[in-house]
Amino acid sequence: MTLAVFFGCAFIAFGPAFALFVFTIVKDPLRIIILIAGAFFWLLSLLLSSLVWFIAVKASNGAQDPTLHRGLLIFGVFFSVLLQEVFRFAYYRLLRKANEGLAAISDEDGLDISVRQMAYVAGLGFGIMSGAFSMINILSDSLGPGTVGIFGDSQYYFITAALMTLALTLLHTFWGVVFFEGCEKSRWWVIAAVVALHLLVAGLSLLNPLYEGSLPPVYGIMLLMAVWAFFSSGGSLHNLSALCTRKTQPYTRYIMNE
Amino acid sequence: MNSSDSEEDSYNERSALVQSESPTTPSYNQDHDMSLPEETDTKRRRPVSSGLDEPVPVVVERERVATPDGEEEELTLKYGAKHVIMLFIPVTLCMVVVVATIKSVSFYTEKSGQRLIYTPFEEDPNSVGQRLLNSFLNMIVMISVIVFMTIILVVLYKYRCYKFIQGWLILSSLMLLFWFSFMYLGEVFKTYNVAMDYPTLVMIIWNFGVVGMICIHWKGPLRLQQAYLIVISALMALIFIKYLPEWSAWVILGAISIYDLIAVLCPKGPLRMLVETAQERNEPIFPALIYSSAMVWMVGMADVSNPDSANERQRGEGGARAQEGVESEDDVVQGGSRRYSAEEDLEEDRGIKLGLGDFIFYSVLVGKAAATGEDWNTTLACFVAILIGLCLTLLLLAIFKKALPALPISITFGLVFYFSTDNLVRPFMDSLAAHQYYI
Repeated sequence: MTLAVFFGCAFIAFGPAFALFVFTIVKDPLRIIILIAGAFFWLLSLLLSSLVWFIAVKASNGAQDPTLHRGLLIFGVFFSVLLQEVFRFAYYRLLRKANEGLAAISDEDGLDISVRQMAYVAGLGFGIMSGAFSMINILSDSLGPGTVGIFGDSQYYFITAALMTLALTLLHTFWGVVFFEGCEKSRWWVIAAVVALHLLVAGLSLLNPLYEGSLPPVYGIMLLMAVWAFFSSGGSLHNLSALCTRKTQPYTRYIMNE
Repeated sequence: MNSSDSEEDSYNERSALVQSESPTTPSYNQDHDMSLPEETDTKRRRPVSSGLDEPVPVVVERERVATPDGEEEELTLKYGAKHVIMLFIPVTLCMVVVVATIKSVSFYTEKSGQRLIYTPFEEDPNSVGQRLLNSFLNMIVMISVIVFMTIILVVLYKYRCYKFIQGWLILSSLMLLFWFSFMYLGEVFKTYNVAMDYPTLVMIIWNFGVVGMICIHWKGPLRLQQAYLIVISALMALIFIKYLPEWSAWVILGAISIYDLIAVLCPKGPLRMLVETAQERNEPIFPALIYSSAMVWMVGMADVSNPDSANERQRGEGGARAQEGVESEDDVVQGGSRRYSAEEDLEEDRGIKLGLGDFIFYSVLVGKAAATGEDWNTTLACFVAILIGLCLTLLLLAIFKKALPALPISITFGLVFYFSTDNLVRPFMDSLAAHQYYI
């Protein structure tokens, strides 16, 4: 509970997202708008799912019974995950419509932003907002005085929260890419897989505070999704090798420049 | 309704100094600040009531180049995203300043017994009904003051009392730049326990105030002018956050966005009448109290015949303009055709304008969200909601190409998100965080 913890956890949780923002989003105003709109859609989904949870809690007469409370919370978690994916799909539809509309109007080749770039930015928007909502209150508490785990809870609360937030932020980004690609190519199994993985990650987080059960698998899933997103957005081993050997070919493609 | 957006001074743009038309002090009254023609050097009048000024919620203006029809759409869209970001940044900065101050300097969240004279009814925390009633009464008083001031403004403008208006504006900005910033600095020093002697303080405040007056009312570098406008909006918002009672503040926010909508869009709305009057007289409207995001450079105008040059100048942005709503420039206001010859080296950066009243009310909303409670999620949610509202407003501006109010959509989203995040999302997220479940 010191500045060191605050900065450490802040950088762990938000470092990569911030770097992605600074290097890929900041220069292009349209991407900033898509990012913030993505954050807004995630927020809407959270709002609706909190409403449902709140109604459920009130309807079952509150949180007197701890197991009932916990059960309702778990229901809230899964419902929220489903709703987030629904809103991700809704955002996809909105972006497609906007893309078509603007392409139809302007003479030049529409906007110079492709669906894949929008997918990445939308995913990052979801991820940043999700991470911010999970982590900001915890960060602000870590600045103040206190002892972690004084009632017998785990001492590693802050660091695991930060690590989990990081994983989720990146996961949302990868899910965005894969999801939009699945929608574009009408591959519904891809969409189902994304939803299932999101549910799985949320389910794994239910194992907390048994961190061995939640963090390593989540990171494993994240690496898997990273690879999947890379290949689904047009990457290939050829690209990677070209990147590494720095061959100057006209064919060198980078993921962002499609 | 098209409002012409012109900066008389815009043809001075070759230098880096941007002349601003009028003092930017927010007048507590609302809505309109009229911009008057430069020749008469009058600026908007700001009703000065007791020194509390509240800039009118403003119109965002967009300038568009006159181009042949087919190109207009494309240019609108091409420049759309950039302009949105040009407004996101100052709005974000203002909100950051307000939230940072609220979270660190406790003065602005302490409720002293004092109230503004515009909210005379005290809120009694014991009785919900009474409290609600009093806050509605406060709201009625405040809105009627605003409407009254606006009508006086329209009347003054109609009868061309430009000097009066200008004097009033100068008085208002004096008060804001010197007194309120002195108070603010004093509170910051108290919070951080910094010892400061009076001579140094006087020098700091004097320099700050004088440079501010010059930048805002006369000429100054664009960035400095923008910075001053952001700072005075933040100061004004902080005053509102401190002195408006809890429930009254929310009710007033809601009411003022409704009023903004009515005043800008209804045919008999004061602001609309103002804009129409200014158009009839072929004068620029509201040069002051508007945050302008860009400068226009007019290089090598081939045809400087009167109507054209007047039109060209109108495209310039000079000072801040306070206006209600969002406005995009109407190129054919004069009816004259604008010659836009390709070989002219006319470099133009079309900017966009947002009134200081909008800045202030956005910051009041976010500041109040930050002031109530330990929860940062609410503040973040309101922030995102306001930005999205602004984005939608600018989108509507691009579609409708006329003056639009900038408050309603953002404030509505902000209010909805504030109340729902505070009451619904907060318990949910707190329970999740307690168990470390992640969604």
